[in-house]
Amino acid sequence: MADRAPIGSGWRERAPAVLIVFLLAATPLVARALGDPFIVKVATRVVVFAIAAVALNFVVGFGGLVSLCHAGLFGVGGYVVGVLAWHDFNAEPLLFLPGTSNLLVSIPAAAVVVGLLAAIVGAISLRTSGPYFLMITLAFNQMFYYGAVALQKYGGEDGLQIMSNVTLGPFDMSDRYRFFYLALAFLAAAMFVLGRVVRSRFGMALRAASRNETRVIAVGVDPWRYRLVAFVISGVVVGIAGALLAAGQQFISPVDMGWDRSGDLVVMTVLGGIGSVWGPALGAAAFVVLELVLSSWTSHWQLAFGLLVILIVVGLRGGLADLGALAFGRRGTETAHG
Amino acid sequence: MADPILAVECLMKSFGGLRATNDLSIAVERGECHAIIGPNGAGKTTFISQLQGMLRPDAGAIRLDGQDITREPAHVRARLGIARSFQITSLVPDFSVLDHAALAVQARSGHSFRFWRPARGDAALTGPARDALATVGLSPRATTLARDLSHGEARQLELAIAIAQKPKLLLLDEPMAGMGRKDGAAMTRLLAELKKDYSIILVEHDMQAVFSLADRISVLVAGHVIKTGAPDEIRNDPDVRAAYLGH
Ligand SMILES: Nc1ncnc2c1ncn2[C@@H]1O[C@H](COP(=O)(O)OP(=O)(O)O)[C@@H](O)[C@H]1O
Ligand SMILES: [Mg+2]
Repeated sequence: MADRAPIGSGWRERAPAVLIVFLLAATPLVARALGDPFIVKVATRVVVFAIAAVALNFVVGFGGLVSLCHAGLFGVGGYVVGVLAWHDFNAEPLLFLPGTSNLLVSIPAAAVVVGLLAAIVGAISLRTSGPYFLMITLAFNQMFYYGAVALQKYGGEDGLQIMSNVTLGPFDMSDRYRFFYLALAFLAAAMFVLGRVVRSRFGMALRAASRNETRVIAVGVDPWRYRLVAFVISGVVVGIAGALLAAGQQFISPVDMGWDRSGDLVVMTVLGGIGSVWGPALGAAAFVVLELVLSSWTSHWQLAFGLLVILIVVGLRGGLADLGALAFGRRGTETAHG
Repeated sequence: MADPILAVECLMKSFGGLRATNDLSIAVERGECHAIIGPNGAGKTTFISQLQGMLRPDAGAIRLDGQDITREPAHVRARLGIARSFQITSLVPDFSVLDHAALAVQARSGHSFRFWRPARGDAALTGPARDALATVGLSPRATTLARDLSHGEARQLELAIAIAQKPKLLLLDEPMAGMGRKDGAAMTRLLAELKKDYSIILVEHDMQAVFSLADRISVLVAGHVIKTGAPDEIRNDPDVRAAYLGH
């Protein structure tokens, strides 16, 4: 239909996300060809942070809510996997329940725990807006951070090493390649599901409220409830990302959930482009790779990195997603929500 | 005068020391087009905002269709049947014209906790939304983004959104504000059509439009209704002429 031109749901809108997944899917082949398994490690990190950035952008780009507690939620997801694995390895029950290293159990557990936390954080912080929302989410991030530091039993400040072999049902997931494809499947699913949600009635209400609250209230929508649910959805997805980080690197530590990490997630999101579901995945990829490359060149890499980010964000109003859009021959991505 | 669609009693609203609404009482009959006129700063927009729920009155009561809505939040009032078009256009810049009307349809058809089916292309939304666009003559612009609309078209869209809500009462705050003569005339014709189907409160400065459209007119001065009556009565009332028309 002609009237769906601005944001369609056809292949054109999905193409960038599909392309991202296919390109990422090829990286293990490159690693094998070059005989450099380190590439898979980096690619896994890219995928994990891509999931986190896509999750964050669900509230930033579509909900108008710049959250600074997402690294905290991300870390909690990681700790759920780590703690369950610790209890599995030490054969010590956790509140009468046995631990587990099976991701079929621990990833859903992380999703539920982080979803509940996000509901609490959201219910409180969404009563405010603007700078107050930033401050409260930041405060929650610090609570999660110091909460993790206080977990002496699980390594405290030093972090928590996963000693057991992580599995997925019958499959051993310590295989790097296998784990990479598991993470990639989650990224594909996150982009697909959030892409649907963004176009649904829920998504329309959420997006409209982020652009003009007065207008949506005037037609009978109470933005608060939709924002809260969006925040929980975002939390669940970022919790899964954190779970994958911990499982993939067999380690989780408070460093992964510092407030600066929350800022990094916002940078990835904006760098990639907040106008589309998939844009932040590009931002995460650029961020992770640049961090790696620049930090190997110079210890002042953050300076160079900052300059690059400024150039990209100023040069491309829609972030890296604009490059993708140019490649696909479109005017811009402000209205694209693929 | 029994059973008005809207009954407002002794409404009060102050901003600091300024009494923007001062003991304002008004009754709007079913099917009536009730115009509210008054000089700039008389408190017309403030009054509309209290009816719609964006502003809370300090005192007084508002009843819609017999139900006390004084304490209801704005989004609840919208669902109870109050629709407002804003004096200063209030749209979503990157939503299309059709999206706006569809959002209004969506809002009145229950909660929006539906996560999977695309809202665009949902005929249950786009059908009534297109009807609303057709009513105001915006059908050819259905796919245009709000930020690309002309001023006149944006005013039309404000109206289309309100109509898509299928309200019991339409609150129109200067629907012709900033329009040229031609657009204004078209809007007057459109309102003449709408008044057949809706109870309307019309705030407007264009006196020609007001006198041709209104069944009754209330004159607001300093937040207080100094006179309510049929257009002819208002036109010839000496107090009104002195306070407002007498230029
Ligand atoms: N939010 C506000 N805060 C303070 N004063 C206000 C506010 N809104 C309106 N006013 C004042 O209340 C009076 C009535 O304003 P308004 O209702 O906009 O008048 P009208 O729509 O009749 O021109 C004006 O003096 C205006 O300056
Ligand atoms: Mg006004």
